[in-house]
Amino acid sequence: MSEHMQAALDSAATTAPAWLKDVLHSGRTQWQNTTWPSRKIEAWKYTSLHPLQQTFEAAPDAASDIGTSDIPDFSENRLVFVDGKYQAQQSTECGTDSGVRIVRFAEAGDADAARIKEHLGNTVEANKHVFANLNNAALSDGLFIDVAANAAVDKPIHLVWISSGEKPAYTVNQRLLVIAGSNSQATVIEHFINRNETSSAFTNGISELVLEQGAVLEYYRLNLERAAALHVAGIHCHLADSACLRSFYATTGSKLKRLDAVVHHAGSGAHCEMNGIYLPQGSEHIDVHTCIEHAVPHCTTDENFRGIIADQSSAVFNGRIHIHPDAQQTRAELSNRNLLTSDQAEINTKPELEIYADDVQCAHGATVAQLDETSLHYLRSRGVSRAEAEVMLSFGFINELVDGIRLSALRDYLRPFLARRFAGDAELARHLL
Amino acid sequence: MLVVNDLHATVDGKTILNGLNLTVNPGEVHAIMGPNGSGKSTLGHVLAGRPGYEATAGSVHYMGNDLFVQDTEERARNGLFLAFQYPVEIPGVSNMEFLKASVDAAREHRGETALDAVSFMKMAREASKTVDLDPAFLKRGVNEGFSGGEKKRNELMQMLLLQPSLAIMDETDSGLDIDALQVVAAGVNSMRNESRSFVLVTHYQRLLNFIEPDFVHVLSGGRIVRSGDKSLALELEERGYAWIEDEVA
Repeated sequence: MSEHMQAALDSAATTAPAWLKDVLHSGRTQWQNTTWPSRKIEAWKYTSLHPLQQTFEAAPDAASDIGTSDIPDFSENRLVFVDGKYQAQQSTECGTDSGVRIVRFAEAGDADAARIKEHLGNTVEANKHVFANLNNAALSDGLFIDVAANAAVDKPIHLVWISSGEKPAYTVNQRLLVIAGSNSQATVIEHFINRNETSSAFTNGISELVLEQGAVLEYYRLNLERAAALHVAGIHCHLADSACLRSFYATTGSKLKRLDAVVHHAGSGAHCEMNGIYLPQGSEHIDVHTCIEHAVPHCTTDENFRGIIADQSSAVFNGRIHIHPDAQQTRAELSNRNLLTSDQAEINTKPELEIYADDVQCAHGATVAQLDETSLHYLRSRGVSRAEAEVMLSFGFINELVDGIRLSALRDYLRPFLARRFAGDAELARHLL
Repeated sequence: MLVVNDLHATVDGKTILNGLNLTVNPGEVHAIMGPNGSGKSTLGHVLAGRPGYEATAGSVHYMGNDLFVQDTEERARNGLFLAFQYPVEIPGVSNMEFLKASVDAAREHRGETALDAVSFMKMAREASKTVDLDPAFLKRGVNEGFSGGEKKRNELMQMLLLQPSLAIMDETDSGLDIDALQVVAAGVNSMRNESRSFVLVTHYQRLLNFIEPDFVHVLSGGRIVRSGDKSLALELEERGYAWIEDEVA
């Protein structure tokens, strides 16, 4: 099946900087030896990769006039990429005095190149994440965010990844490496959207977040591409001693979206908060796999995902927490709640707790339900129409998590965006805006 | 205002109301008392159109119109209000959003324009002060984590904002301490006028010390078996319900 992606590999081979070539070569070898994941493999049991079985071209060179006026202004620190290519004119960057350096792989000098190579791929278990091999094999550019030790970066770094849709089917190879230096604080938003909804733009993304000792990183990922867009991504995080990762994933549906979010608690006292919502509609499909590896003692995890699955859409949530024998005094909690708003909607949810240490506190739970009739009646008994009450309750179900987002500008953007999404008719969302 | 004629109703297939008759005229306050399981709460739920509560015979006319052809929300917009005995908690939907949606629905139904956010906020804050509920509760999820008394105050606040024509208060007094009871009574009394009616469903005469009813009815076996003035409530307080049930039997 790898021949479907060949164009991207060939394109990368000619454009990648010389220092990346060996990453490309080994990636290519591994990708060519990869068996295409079938539904017989547990990790892909409920997600068909059929939409990827077509020929994808390489990403378009330069997209014509991609407007960004509809993209919220979270920060003066905004970098815009179209089909993986940096758009200087639409971007604003803070200087290095803020304690953060943002370097594109394609423009990295020797020192940065060496630093990138030192870390790149370390957090990714490519044998478990086959699309990481494809990403390596097609790696011609990427983004390196280097947060200096002790720096407190107050402006969020907003990365906007736009698929232009200027070809009917093509791949975008997207790569991010963040190194949060010891005791630093920073916020990164990865924001994915598409412009031409009929194009099968396939984003194959890898984001690596390396948190050094005591680093605090807020990571927000908005997967908001619509319709025919395809998105397979791995988010791989490494937490050193006392590091703290607070993450939120907002995923609206398209033809196929698959996220693998992996967190390694590698240093004692690390904390991970991972929350998210997934909202497929129509015939869309979203698959969220999370895996938290507790390898050392005294780490904590709070994980909360909620989904609303509408129409004939389907979703998968697989949340794994793996507590290794040495990981004593771990506290890990995982909750997954799902709301089905139609008889044809489908959710496959599986919390997986694997515990090999004896002194731990762990809890997990998964629920699947429909809108609560008693709550609907209560709203209606105050004059609210059934249709509006349904929108309010659906929104309320995920709003509990949205309200927990620390970045207020993002919360203020997501609330009306999501409210409108639930209401086919904007009138029904007016009390939520 | 409200004419209930020979109403029979079932809950999950079980007959609870069994030929209930009740007429409430504008401006009247009726108290409905009765032992546990007599159908007091069922009456309120049937009138509000709660799913699972089915009227099987008889009729209810509200403002001269057949109530049962109206959806729950239509009844509410026409001024029928039920203060719930057990208000529902709805996390994620803020009390303010909920209240504004309710008030806008009522106003639009009357052909008035929806209030702007600032005017509504002012109105809601005043109402929360009247019912002695911290305005911070407006920002919380609907009834989320509220104590029993706070939920009842929240119901009362909704009533103040919606200004219904007919308010049915389902055991609003139960679980309230004496201070909260006085707040509820003051709220109701402030709203009493010649056109607005109240039906107070209660177990105890205590509430009626603060809200003086025009009529007191005793519900037993799904029917009103005795009606009188406020002295009937005092008699019930003294003698219990058994003697009435004996007389009826």
